[in-house]
Amino acid sequence: MKHLLSTATLDRATAIRILDVAEDMAQVATRDVKKLPTLRGKTVVNLFFEDSTRTRISFEAAAKRLSADVITFSAKGSSVSKGESLKDTAQTLAAMGADAVVIRHSSSGAPQVLAQSGWIDAGVVNAGDGTHEHPTQALLDAFTMRKRLHGLGSRGKDLDGVRVTIVGDILHSRVVRSNVWLLTTLGARVSLIAPATLLPVHVAEWPVTTGFDFDKAVDASPDVVMMLRIQSERMHAAFFPSAREYAREWGLDDERLERLPANTMVMHPGPMNRGLEISAAAADSARSTVLEQVANGVSVRMAVLYLLLAGTTEADL
Amino acid sequence: MTTTIISGATLPGGSRTDLAIDGGVITAVGASLSTAGARVVDAHGLQALPGLVDLHTHLREPGFEQSETVLTGSRAAAFGGFTAVFAMANTQPVQDTAGVVEQVQALGEQHGYVTVRPIGAVTAGLAGERLSEIGAMAKSRAKVRVFSDDGKCVHDALLMRRALEYVTTFGGVVAQHAQEPRLTEGAQMNEGTLSGELGLAGWPAVAEESIIARDVLLAQHVGARLHICHVSTAGSVDVVRWAKARGIKVTAEVTPHHLLLTEQLVSSYDARFKVNPPLRRDEDVHALRAGLADGTIDIVATDHAPHPVESKECAWDEASFGMVGLESALSVVQAAVVDTGLLDWSDVARVLSATPARIGRLDGYDSPFSVGSPAHLTLVDPTASRTFSTTHLRGKGVNSPYLDRVLPGRVVHTIHGGVATVADGELAAADVVRDHREAIRNARG
Repeated sequence: MKHLLSTATLDRATAIRILDVAEDMAQVATRDVKKLPTLRGKTVVNLFFEDSTRTRISFEAAAKRLSADVITFSAKGSSVSKGESLKDTAQTLAAMGADAVVIRHSSSGAPQVLAQSGWIDAGVVNAGDGTHEHPTQALLDAFTMRKRLHGLGSRGKDLDGVRVTIVGDILHSRVVRSNVWLLTTLGARVSLIAPATLLPVHVAEWPVTTGFDFDKAVDASPDVVMMLRIQSERMHAAFFPSAREYAREWGLDDERLERLPANTMVMHPGPMNRGLEISAAAADSARSTVLEQVANGVSVRMAVLYLLLAGTTEADL
Repeated sequence: MTTTIISGATLPGGSRTDLAIDGGVITAVGASLSTAGARVVDAHGLQALPGLVDLHTHLREPGFEQSETVLTGSRAAAFGGFTAVFAMANTQPVQDTAGVVEQVQALGEQHGYVTVRPIGAVTAGLAGERLSEIGAMAKSRAKVRVFSDDGKCVHDALLMRRALEYVTTFGGVVAQHAQEPRLTEGAQMNEGTLSGELGLAGWPAVAEESIIARDVLLAQHVGARLHICHVSTAGSVDVVRWAKARGIKVTAEVTPHHLLLTEQLVSSYDARFKVNPPLRRDEDVHALRAGLADGTIDIVATDHAPHPVESKECAWDEASFGMVGLESALSVVQAAVVDTGLLDWSDVARVLSATPARIGRLDGYDSPFSVGSPAHLTLVDPTASRTFSTTHLRGKGVNSPYLDRVLPGRVVHTIHGGVATVADGELAAADVVRDHREAIRNARG
């Protein structure tokens, strides 16, 4: 694997391989010394053109556990906020000898532009680009589902027949796009629930089912309900009339939580708006995987960096 | 003055002839003209076309000389077989006063590669709030006849109505950039399946079609002439066809890139493919070709939009909209509609010369290849094939979507008012063009 830009181009075998390597990485977290020497001497640059403390520290932890040198380059207060271009930043990092660049950018496609540009030879990991994709989030979601379903016997398993309902701002969500492609590749059946304004036009051509009615989706007893963060600025752009109406129609409140089967996973990529798209009870219930997702995020990102930088040898594991 | 004999050229209608050019005009047409003492251009195997006229060019001067100047844009135009270009008004300062349009016109005359006809802004500063000095520009030495806020839509319905009526006073036409601004806020590419997958904000077809529908009805209501810039969707072709059937005085243009390229190219996130209106679906490309073939769409215009390299070497939504097109236009038209059998060379002469000249009220293009007409013509080798590259560009911009693509045809000679601006596939030097033009002018007294 040279880059990880999108889940659309991952085949089932590669996806399962990443998840299996992540299982190995998860073992490391249970040791006294949570560190592998695998990437000693390699330099990983976290290039964050957009603020995201959670994703950034997750990648930082992942790289450090593999003994890589980590440089964090945040746009705020740097030359990037003074108008330096992606090209100049990339060439600067190349001159410093970066082996991998983890990039978060507000423009869709920026990681792909970086990977194709020839400005830098490093492997590129997409850590979220605009409203396009967030592949490591989808991988950690899939990892979390597999772990809940199969526990210690997760290795080698796919998600055949798992019914996943994703609710919320589908139109603007990079998490959804990465999840739709990855989960479908792994055999899951994905359903998207949102008001019509927050579904992309032509969503009918995606490999998913779609609906407007969250209550019907709840009563269909899905294996997974994934709630997306809703941004309050959307209501000012007439996507829906008010936060109250949104919460009433598409929020996972206590009443809907009650109606879900006891083993239905409640997922959220974070950060959550408690009381808006998800109630406190839902977020803190035993069904909630929110904290597992955070922990698994580190393991999955370790796996991705490992596969990018250490090639395919598993001698160090 | 030396006579030039063009021998053995194939005219758009298919017949073969020699042409004699003297003093900037065609002085004889026929077989086996005497070549004694004449400069002979061997045109055997070459297709002769009337000098191409581009109704939609961005020359960027004054104000954006890092992107293009009147000189560099004129050279790009001549290299692509053009002898006249209409320069869009979105310069800095905007072409919204007599002074600015006269300056642009004068720069064109000074360089002489092509006739430069400035387009006047419809609204002052392209701000869409009040009319610009339309009468002053029409009556200036530049005699402006085409008015456009291109780059921006005249979206206020009342202002558009008034503009249509007011330019009628001066025999002009409003060229509308049809884009409903609210429906296209932040828009990055055609809205459809692909925009959803790529996570790029959509530019829906309805944002173009709804403005065209409104404007043809306004044009009908006030009895004015209306021109639609860069029609890009199948729905727009339908609306224009409907309007023409009702006798509304509307003309429409399509760009070469909308005749050849589709939105699929955007999946590379390569900003060379970022243009406004955006590249559309395959169905749209075919509807545009059919519309051009059946006369619903009147002309091809380049929307040549040069940008500096840094405006394209960046993330997609940070990049500028636009592509250069003058140097590649004829090859792209050949690939899209000639080699596919939809248009023949006489149709090409119509959509790239006679009709754009008529819409823009440009004299000298109504009876090409006849004795007494100004010698504006281009000679093309339609059998040529080349992998298009930056070596085939002559303007300042290299933001061509055709780089590394194989394109048919090649402009071998361009003659503007008797002056050879391109000979044997290369541009004539600036001083040679200027001197030759000067000599013709002096000979006429």
